[in-house]
Amino acid sequence: MKINDVILRTITKIIVFIILTFGVYLFLSGHNTPGGGFIGGLVLASAIVLLYLTRDIESIRKSLPFDFKLVAALGVLLATGTGFGSIIFGVPFMSQTFAYFELPIFGETELTTVTIFEAGVALAVVGVVVTIILSMSESEGA
Amino acid sequence: MFSVNFAIILPFIIAAFVPFIYRRFRFIHIGWFVMLVPITLFILLARLIPSVASGQTFTDTYQWIPTLDINFTTYLDGLSMIFGLLITGVGSLVILYSIFYLSTKESLQHFYVYLLLFMGAMLGVVFSDNLMVLYVFWELTSVSSFLLIAFWNHRKGSRLGAQKAMLITVSGGVAMLVGFIMLHTMTGTFSIREIISSIDGFTDHALFMPAMILVLLGAFTKSAQFPFHIWLPDAMEAPTPVSAYLHSATMVKAGIYLVARFTPVFGGDQVWFWTVSIVGMITLFWGSFNAVKQTDLKALLAYSTISQLGLIMSLLGLGSVALHIGYSTESVIYTQATFAALFHLINHSTFKGALFMVVGIVDHELGTRDIRRLGGLMALMPFTFTVAVIGSLSMAGLPPFNGFLSKEMFFAATVQISNADVFSLQTFGIVFPIVAWVASIFTFIYCMIFIFKTFLGPAQPEKLDKPIHEAPMGMLVSPLILAAFVVGIFFFPNLLGNYILRPAMSSVYPTFGDASNLTPSISAWHGFKPELLMTIGVVLVGAILYKFLKKWNPIYGLFSQEYTFNALYNNVLSLSEKGSGFVTRGYMTGFLRDYLAYIFGFFIIVVGGFLFYSGAFSIDVSTNAPIRLYEVILVAVMAIAAIAMLFAKSRMTAALLNGVLGYSIAIFFVIFRAPDLALTQLVVESVTTALFLLAFSHLPDWKKEKTTIKTKWINGVISIAVGVLVMLIGFSVLNYNKFDSISSYFEDAYELAGGANIVNAILGDFRGFDTMLEVVVLFIAGLGVYTMIKLKSEKEETKNENQ
Repeated sequence: MKINDVILRTITKIIVFIILTFGVYLFLSGHNTPGGGFIGGLVLASAIVLLYLTRDIESIRKSLPFDFKLVAALGVLLATGTGFGSIIFGVPFMSQTFAYFELPIFGETELTTVTIFEAGVALAVVGVVVTIILSMSESEGA
Repeated sequence: MFSVNFAIILPFIIAAFVPFIYRRFRFIHIGWFVMLVPITLFILLARLIPSVASGQTFTDTYQWIPTLDINFTTYLDGLSMIFGLLITGVGSLVILYSIFYLSTKESLQHFYVYLLLFMGAMLGVVFSDNLMVLYVFWELTSVSSFLLIAFWNHRKGSRLGAQKAMLITVSGGVAMLVGFIMLHTMTGTFSIREIISSIDGFTDHALFMPAMILVLLGAFTKSAQFPFHIWLPDAMEAPTPVSAYLHSATMVKAGIYLVARFTPVFGGDQVWFWTVSIVGMITLFWGSFNAVKQTDLKALLAYSTISQLGLIMSLLGLGSVALHIGYSTESVIYTQATFAALFHLINHSTFKGALFMVVGIVDHELGTRDIRRLGGLMALMPFTFTVAVIGSLSMAGLPPFNGFLSKEMFFAATVQISNADVFSLQTFGIVFPIVAWVASIFTFIYCMIFIFKTFLGPAQPEKLDKPIHEAPMGMLVSPLILAAFVVGIFFFPNLLGNYILRPAMSSVYPTFGDASNLTPSISAWHGFKPELLMTIGVVLVGAILYKFLKKWNPIYGLFSQEYTFNALYNNVLSLSEKGSGFVTRGYMTGFLRDYLAYIFGFFIIVVGGFLFYSGAFSIDVSTNAPIRLYEVILVAVMAIAAIAMLFAKSRMTAALLNGVLGYSIAIFFVIFRAPDLALTQLVVESVTTALFLLAFSHLPDWKKEKTTIKTKWINGVISIAVGVLVMLIGFSVLNYNKFDSISSYFEDAYELAGGANIVNAILGDFRGFDTMLEVVVLFIAGLGVYTMIKLKSEKEETKNENQ
């Protein structure tokens, strides 16, 4: 049974970009306003899931040629890596730090190590969610 | 600047890069890269020898969990220096040897990663000052040993041997951990140095004795002491470089290290003295007695290692008596036992390492290590034969090899202890020299077996698959270097004594002042003392017994095969497997609804029980905000959805109703101004719905459950109780004031963590550790789902795992 999903497909084309932008926005704004690595990653993942729902897996795989297991592994590496990173600077494991910088375009900007950590969280979430959904949907054909 | 912390971390860092180097440079044997690690560390450590010899120690602290008194503190003194040099020195030689032993067809990247893991862990064990850190590294050596024993995991014997080693050493490790915690309870610190300096006030403490026994359990299991020795012969399934490194030179000596390190803590106590000495003596005898009957050269060496470990262990026990007497000119003589222990420890690593490599060469070049098929190799393998003779004669305690010196000191120590007038040694002390002498006769016999049965006598080329030939030069380098040490130490023992052993003596006897009083001048000739007569006796009796080996050999048949420690181990293992299988089958029904009932039942009993017990239930709505109309409406919607779910006719309806619940909660979050929670809830709800749609086609048909009235009642009671309990918790939390509020911490989030969003400040900074581990758990779960689904689709291709 193949249902007619023209509307969904057409809307998805536009909406995926909005969701992706929103996900990135949530991730970046998380430090001071609602958002953060987990929710940002989840929104990004849901955008990708939406793509998979409307298109077939093969064509999406061509346009998004990542192994999402590796994405998740990279995320875990980043998250744990920031923990070990603090050791190099001689402070206890998982110490985070922040500072304010004067950047050319952004003006005074706060840069924190939490952002790296959160990026790891986001990548891990995206990788794991997509991996689970992909492997479940692939087993369907089998 | 070289720090000891760095020395521990380096092997782990390099281990992470091994797979990449392996892939990049396939044409070079990866071992050459790996070998640089121990060589570098050995040089760095060796440069510190002069300063350590002059009494200097090096401490390096990295704060890990300061609030729990767990810090990555390393301490380099004389005792850890010996082990550090052994680990890196023998490590370099073993890796050099393994380059020629393991062909590039083996999965080398695994082998060397495990080996580096072990090296780092072992360095961690000997350099850690903090007991918790020591314990972590201790177990890591067990884990890496497990991986290395099971390196050829297509063999059943390898897997069983690895399992046995792991089970025995890890159980001992856990006992040791409990002992460490008791020490912490007593003294309030995890630092070994602080414990040593403050233990005097706690020797009458109720936990002193249990802590001692538990720490000893850890040491005995690791060092294969009787009756835990049974794992070591089975561990010989490992590739020979591993046996030479882990199971003779380093890991099995971790228990020796622990006993030596804790001698200042527990030594001087009568129980410590008797336990360590007697267990060591029994192990010494039992190991050498059993080594004689082995026909596999590696098994022979395994029992010989057990026996030699027992020798070192008993010497440490004998030496501890000096701490009981206290420092005086008379007690110094008893410290010589400890000196002999440390000396023999080094000697044993040199000659036993060389012997293992010899067996490896024989096995590698001729395809067997069974002495019934070997013989007459001397003429065709001259280098191997030379090393074998040097190693065996040193092990037998003959001059001019280092084993002679330490064996003589061992005999001297046993004779001296039998004259001591403490711990009723006047009555029982005579046991020590007798057992030592008898065990040494057996040692002599198996050394002769090793030489004569393998290298002398008629050659039996018809029983071998390969022609007899000498090993390639590369393989001979490491054993020849070790053999050179065996001879070199005999001629210059005091170099070792003054630079390496003396600082170690002051680590074991910190209260005895200047260690130069404790360092005797080692000499090969010291007159016709009892120890020399004992050696001559060993050679005479040993030679006669070897000559008539066939006459008295049947004595081994007298020992029952049914009532051995191995049988005990096997029975315990199979019984516990059966038992746990029985228990597990009892409650694992395979129905999710049953598991939910367990989980919720547990929740009710534990959480509800705790709240009831602590009297925390309280309902006070006076301070609550008034309930508004749309909140009532939302609750009504949720209640209707939840109740309707019970009567849903199709799975899809139930899923949709569940979605109604989830989205309503999200609206609640909005109302109560928790936008990030609302957002998360919404996205999670959407993604789970997508997941459900995917899984939908896999699910079986929705059937009316056939449950008895009784089950229905139980389920009803459980669900209502859970609901009521959660509600009560909600009320009680508002009025619970047993703990200080931590909200002030979060209110200052902007200053502390630089973030105005306190939720994220908690997740990423204050509780970052939790989040990090959650990410790891999430990742593992994802991989779990992936592998399970992949496995299911590849189930048809079953492989035979036993070859």
